[in-house]
Amino acid sequence: MKHIAKLTLAAFGALAATGAAQAADAKACWIYVGPIGDYGWSYQHHQGLLAVEEAYGDRVETAYLESVSEGADAERAIERFARSGCDIVFTTSFGFMDATNKIAARFPDVKFEHATGYKRETPNVATFNSKFYQGRYILGQIAASVSEEGVAGYIGSFPIPEVVRGINSFMLGAQSVDPDFEVKIVWVNTWFDPGRESDAAKALVDQGVDILVQHTDSTAPMQVGEERGIMAFGQASDMFAFGPNTQLTSIVDDWASYYIERVGAVLDGTWEQVDVWGGLADGHVVMAPYWNMPYEVAAMANETEKRIMVGDFEPFTGPINRQDGTEWLAEGETATEGELLGMNFYIEGIDDQLPE
Amino acid sequence: MMRVELVRRSQHSALFSAVSPLIALAITALIGAIMFAALGKSPVAALHAYFIEPLTEIWSIHELLIKATPLILIAVGLSICFLSNNWNIGAEGQFVMGAIAGSVLPVLYPGLTGPLVLPVMLVMGLAGGAAWATIPAFLKARFGTNEILSSLMLVYVAQLFLDWLVRGPWRNPEGFNFPETRSFHADAILPEMFSASGRAHYGFVFAILAALVVWFVLSRTLKGYEIRVLGESPRAGRFAGFSARRMVFFAFIVSGALAGLAGIVEVSGAIGQLRPTISPGYGFTAIIVAFLGRLNPLGIVAAGLILALSYLGGEAAQISLGVSDKVANVFQGVLLFSVLAADTLIRYRVRIVRPAPARLEPAQ
Repeated sequence: MKHIAKLTLAAFGALAATGAAQAADAKACWIYVGPIGDYGWSYQHHQGLLAVEEAYGDRVETAYLESVSEGADAERAIERFARSGCDIVFTTSFGFMDATNKIAARFPDVKFEHATGYKRETPNVATFNSKFYQGRYILGQIAASVSEEGVAGYIGSFPIPEVVRGINSFMLGAQSVDPDFEVKIVWVNTWFDPGRESDAAKALVDQGVDILVQHTDSTAPMQVGEERGIMAFGQASDMFAFGPNTQLTSIVDDWASYYIERVGAVLDGTWEQVDVWGGLADGHVVMAPYWNMPYEVAAMANETEKRIMVGDFEPFTGPINRQDGTEWLAEGETATEGELLGMNFYIEGIDDQLPE
Repeated sequence: MMRVELVRRSQHSALFSAVSPLIALAITALIGAIMFAALGKSPVAALHAYFIEPLTEIWSIHELLIKATPLILIAVGLSICFLSNNWNIGAEGQFVMGAIAGSVLPVLYPGLTGPLVLPVMLVMGLAGGAAWATIPAFLKARFGTNEILSSLMLVYVAQLFLDWLVRGPWRNPEGFNFPETRSFHADAILPEMFSASGRAHYGFVFAILAALVVWFVLSRTLKGYEIRVLGESPRAGRFAGFSARRMVFFAFIVSGALAGLAGIVEVSGAIGQLRPTISPGYGFTAIIVAFLGRLNPLGIVAAGLILALSYLGGEAAQISLGVSDKVANVFQGVLLFSVLAADTLIRYRVRIVRPAPARLEPAQ
């Protein structure tokens, strides 16, 4: 018995020693809300982590925690990273906002980067987000061009500004092609639940939609589309492999360049608090290849993408009316970032009640 | 065909009964070691990450207590239910309703401050959980409704009610429409016990107190006797003059109240606001904890700590070994399986029933 105890201790000692020997210049850590195998949101963040490893090799050590729930667990997970020698911690879900700020206040030497939030209570907290809605405008244009029924089915996660903004932008794009285009919206109240997403997709198809749009993270809706012969758009990652005959395009979140830049800043000692909201122009939002559609449609999508990229066009540009017909943006007026960030109303032409 | 049968032992070893959870832990460690080896990870490092690492730092012990608090509070209440043959599967919903009821003051009347706020919140949490648990109790006592189904389905009602509140009427007016209530003010936060070293709050004290009180009631009072008799033999209980109907209410209300307390303690101590999801399934995990602790409140304290440890260990293993979080779930499953198997094998022995000897074989 004693021998075993000694042996065990020796093994731990050895482990501790090897751990210390391979000290990197910096340690970067990620917290994901979903599993890295979701092929959506968390998967793409993890691709960012892999890109950082690729870019810096042995200079940067990485670690991650997946499927961290947004409550008391998040705070512990973040604290664990802060204590385990991470120099920079990326917390990649809106629900980690308060926990991130709380821990950041207690660990001033560690840098924190919170995705999609707006609170930066101490100088060591930065926030970053992407203008996915720019891509959704393009989806709307494609949907209205390709659809025969003139109705899209939209699977929403939660009625938060991020998602509402996406729906509005999608409809603006669709209306630019077909002013009478309709959308049916189903809220599944989850970011990742293949079963529920798939049920929602089937229900929408049964109601006669011939285009599926999703703002949830699994590939289930794409797979339903493939099965039922309905066109669909991917979300967060290029889901082409799950719908080779179905995917029109996909809004790909590309965090790699941002992560490489920020971890690099930690390495150089030049890290500073920022609030980044990048879009197509910054390469943070990337459109997957336009596929399964007529050439003219792809050309139009390409054209819109280019115009947004060079700053020639912004989806939320007036005239835009609210759902009840009252004016929101006058001719030529563009929405402010504040209005976009807190968006909680539909634009005109959406025949649906926003859950309150 | 060979058959395997379980035969009840006429008497079971007191020694093995006492050490069975330890045997189960050892078996779990062994199976875990094999699993980690199969994954290509060092079993020693993995077991260290799981069972030792979380205990090596003070802050981590704080986290252990935070994680164990709701599990113990809920499981202690469930032990009364399960012992009295009332299958309350809806503790998760009672947890949520307790959290909602307890949050009324800080969310709707944030201007109301003072030392009385917190006690009122805790009492409202108790009441909220108890009230929610009264529904399946009433349905069972009055109409003979299956309480497993009714209590379970009320979980979803409670969760959706919370979801609706934080997206609608209780949404933080300064929160950019994100689904969460305003953060609780300082007087509505359950204080930390030793704030210098970590964030463990007084909830753990409540959990220990609840376990002691329920243990005393179960083992030293007539009420405890009534609970056991009605659970094991309702007929005998009737002859003894105990009312099964009143016991339904008693068991559900006590366990609902404790689950509700766990809810408000979690929200006030660990989260600090209401959000669409406030529990990673404590109400369901507590069912495992109750049985791991063999429905004994003191055993439940130990079981709650062990399950909490496996959660923290799962995180530690993810970071230090890079194993998936799913492995932690597998590990917990193996643990539960081993405990149940050890308990079963102490009370039963396995008999292999061979088919009658074939005709051509000579009898020996």
